[in-house]
Amino acid sequence: MCNSVIQVEVIIPTQTKYLDLIGSIGEHIAKELDDYSGDREALAYHLNLVLTEATVNAIKHAHFDNPKDTVRISIHIHENELNIKVYDHGQGFDLESVPLPDFEHPQEGGMGIFFIRTLMDSVTYTRQGDCNVLEIIKYLS
Amino acid sequence: MNLTLQKTNGCTVLFIKEERIDAHNSGELKETILRLIEQGEINIIVQLEQVRFIDSSGLGALLSGHKNAAAKSGKLVITNLQQQVLSMFELTRLNRIFEIYADLNEVFDSET
Repeated sequence: MCNSVIQVEVIIPTQTKYLDLIGSIGEHIAKELDDYSGDREALAYHLNLVLTEATVNAIKHAHFDNPKDTVRISIHIHENELNIKVYDHGQGFDLESVPLPDFEHPQEGGMGIFFIRTLMDSVTYTRQGDCNVLEIIKYLS
Repeated sequence: MNLTLQKTNGCTVLFIKEERIDAHNSGELKETILRLIEQGEINIIVQLEQVRFIDSSGLGALLSGHKNAAAKSGKLVITNLQQQVLSMFELTRLNRIFEIYADLNEVFDSET
């Protein structure tokens, strides 16, 4: 009764032209899930968006002086848990200090993390070895 | 970014000919809108019929245009939003900031 195991690993250069590719993978996965009873179109958009925002975040925090720097994205679905990990090699940032957007006086930036937090079930950002890992979990039940 | 410009009823209509607005092309959209405003084109309609995906940077580019047009006593409005794109405006409450119309006719009807 559960989704079969899906594991996707992608490594891209730190360039925004690859965002479409990464987002599209999320969108396709949402459309292929075996037993998802929710709004599939919405989930497809949300995974596209969250993967796009998380990858942009990693690209922004990458070392621009290193043209060979890469971002690794892993998407893993097991039973009803969809797990996304985005690895960057940059300085990192404090996820907890990212404020909620000011809805009364909206600003251009700062909506990316808000989307990830709002649309997914869990978000953490930790240091692992020489990488930072943004880990995002969505329960698909 | 693929887009076309058209002058109609004193407004500049910006037809976005992309399915996707994200951090790869939103900078260009923002610059295009700012350049129009600098040239005195302060009443802008952004037609999003073909856009099926927008991210936070795309929303930011439109918000920048909205603020800059308003600062010059002009207006930037948006039309023809697909359902999922509209839901991003709702999630960020930007639907309360922007005037959102079904289509170009509705914009022009509202002005008469």
